[in-house]
Amino acid sequence: METLEIAGKALEVDEDGHLKNMTDWNEDIAKEIAKAEGIEELTNRHWAVINFMRKEFQEKGDAPSIRRLTKESGVPTKELYSLFPKGPAKKSAKIAGLPKPKGCI
Amino acid sequence: MSENNQKEIEKVSIVVSKGSLEGVYPGLIMANGARMEGIEATLFFTFFGLDAIIKNKMDKLKIATVGNPAMHIPTFMGAIPGMSAFATGKMKKEMEKIDIPPVGEFIEMIHDAGGELYACKATVDMFHLSKDDFCPQVDDIISVGQFYEKSAGAQIIFT
Repeated sequence: METLEIAGKALEVDEDGHLKNMTDWNEDIAKEIAKAEGIEELTNRHWAVINFMRKEFQEKGDAPSIRRLTKESGVPTKELYSLFPKGPAKKSAKIAGLPKPKGCI
Repeated sequence: MSENNQKEIEKVSIVVSKGSLEGVYPGLIMANGARMEGIEATLFFTFFGLDAIIKNKMDKLKIATVGNPAMHIPTFMGAIPGMSAFATGKMKKEMEKIDIPPVGEFIEMIHDAGGELYACKATVDMFHLSKDDFCPQVDDIISVGQFYEKSAGAQIIFT
């Protein structure tokens, strides 16, 4: 099993580098992962997305599609891509301590 | 990330040449999927594919029920009036369930995600169209030469 040292703790990660157990996650860990992904500071808008991702995952067992993310998180598509460059769904899932989203949309 | 030292795809240019519902969606899904992976995406609409970006046609695309062996119905049944509308309605319902947006909304999503959309000049001339016929997300009407220029370094996908 691969582990990664994040915020002073050795945490299990999957093959994509996402946290294996979402219960290992906390806000400090999110900040560390974000930095490693090139996002220096997590703003309120980042948190709106991250919290929505976690809530959806807990309720439905998978991360939301980019469409639902756009429609229901209150963060429009353009802003999503500027908050999380190079793939908002994938990046925000990683920072939220969730596996890579499975859906195509 | 890649195990065999293959270079990752950084840019795709997708040509949409068909105007049926099933002809348009694969290109849109691939373009949106590219942006979701951080891959640059350019869409080039040509021939009947232009219907996907024409304001008053984009949300009225239909499935071909005639000449489509994958429908698994006899050809004469596919030709019954209303059959295409019926099949289209059913498929749209299924698509909505898995969060595939209607064409207009999808085009807007791809545009907002940073994808570029172009109409083919030859087709625009042939059908006597102008920029006003297209949805506002269309960046420009370009020639095939310009398409190749914009596709420098991209993988070109024809659908």
